[in-house]
Amino acid sequence: MSSRRTKLSQRLAFALLWMAALITIGCLVLIVFYILREGLPSINWEFLTASPESMGRKGGIFPTIIGSLYLTVVSLIIAAPIGVGAAIYLTEYTREGWTTKIIRFGTETLAGVPSIIFGLFGFAFLVTFLHFGFSILSGAITLALMLLPTIIRTSEEAIKAVPESYREGSFALGATKWTTIAKVVIPAALPGIVTGLVLGAGRAIGETAAVWLTVGGALQIPISIMDSARPMTLHLYTLAAEGLSLPRAYATASVLIITIGIINTVANLLMTRFALRLRA
Amino acid sequence: MDITIKADKFNLFYSDFQALNEINMDIYARTVTAFIGPSGCGKSTFLRSLNRMNDLIDGVRLEGLITLDGVDIYEPKTDVVALRKRVGMVFQKPNPFPMSIYDNIAYGPRIHGLKDKNRLNEMVEKSLMGAALWNEVKDRLNSPALRLSGGQQQRLCIARLLAVEPEVLLMDEPASALDPISTGKIEDLIAELKKDYTIIIVTHNMQQAARISDNLGFFLLGRLVEYGATEEVMTNPRQKETEDYLTGRFG
Repeated sequence: MSSRRTKLSQRLAFALLWMAALITIGCLVLIVFYILREGLPSINWEFLTASPESMGRKGGIFPTIIGSLYLTVVSLIIAAPIGVGAAIYLTEYTREGWTTKIIRFGTETLAGVPSIIFGLFGFAFLVTFLHFGFSILSGAITLALMLLPTIIRTSEEAIKAVPESYREGSFALGATKWTTIAKVVIPAALPGIVTGLVLGAGRAIGETAAVWLTVGGALQIPISIMDSARPMTLHLYTLAAEGLSLPRAYATASVLIITIGIINTVANLLMTRFALRLRA
Repeated sequence: MDITIKADKFNLFYSDFQALNEINMDIYARTVTAFIGPSGCGKSTFLRSLNRMNDLIDGVRLEGLITLDGVDIYEPKTDVVALRKRVGMVFQKPNPFPMSIYDNIAYGPRIHGLKDKNRLNEMVEKSLMGAALWNEVKDRLNSPALRLSGGQQQRLCIARLLAVEPEVLLMDEPASALDPISTGKIEDLIAELKKDYTIIIVTHNMQQAARISDNLGFFLLGRLVEYGATEEVMTNPRQKETEDYLTGRFG
């Protein structure tokens, strides 16, 4: 009797979990499919390589692709060393205590702050007070602040997962703490750290609100770091919100999704090859 | 014979717990000294005190003296990095780094400043030969060390240690995770290495201690109960506790 009941509850649990997974994947597939169906027909060579004309009703989106990539790369260049450095400090150089508690509380809070607040801060402090203006630099610094929690958390997990025996082995050969971290711990943790950076890149390239208030939205190809730019997200927002061209908004969204897909795939491939080279 | 390491009334505490109690011991150069005793008796703790690996643990407090060639290794001005270069350690579980075989061996010489490619190549070959691994890996020095078998990995770790040219090798149950054939190879290797190195080994295996060691220390509850020539201790123990342990009455 009871064995039948446990079997039943087992099946029920399995069915519920299976449905949860199905709904998650279903939503993702549905959204991506819908956007690509609406967007792909408008994508052609000109759309990818030309500059927008008459506010984006005609022409292409080339400057916005450059804007998105430029912004993402600069924000990672700023956030990666700080985030990974903080993670190394937290895991290797401190014992759990009130300092680490405060830093962790800070990063958790940072992770929960809505992006528009970051945007407002970036606008008030970087754009206005520091006179960086609407620029790649203002946007990248703002995005970097938003990425820090993710990068710190994932790097910390990756560093913690490095077996203690690697560290002991290195110390027993007369290595200093820093040598051990730089030559053994970080290389071993690199796949996890890079995963965090890729997650960060995805978030940076997809961010709209914070970018809107800090990068401006100029329809030009940004060259200098002080240039204003319009990333794909912002262009897509403008196209849709101001009723300029909905098909072109979908096309831009498609390019955005595909770009994120490419970044993830390439990072994954690189990491797999890297891991294979070092591991059994 | 020359005394390399000398412990004098050495005590070690983990917070309030006394893990080592008044250890007095002379360890001789170019011999194999084995530590035996039941789990938790302090033999590994004492081994790790000899190259200050216990420094990495919180709340450790020490009393007494350990000297290496007459110099106190716990002096404030002791260079721990230099000490660990002279007194290297092999661990219970093989712990090669996730790098190629070559880079594992070259790691030590590189961090101590050797850059010359030819010298590094020589060092790698010499160390792998010293650890009786050269013939098995010479054709695949660039493949990952983690792809080697457990026994090969342990010999790789010994080779990695030899590459920094230490004087003393500490081995913490180096064969306990290995199969009998790999264990035999490690034991042969130890017999070979004692011509050039002072070796101190912790083992749970009494037969192994009998086969490879010149001197034997029996630890119990943080005390060094008996210490002497292996044959003497094995066949004619002076302490009742040693005899009980050797005859399997506890442990």
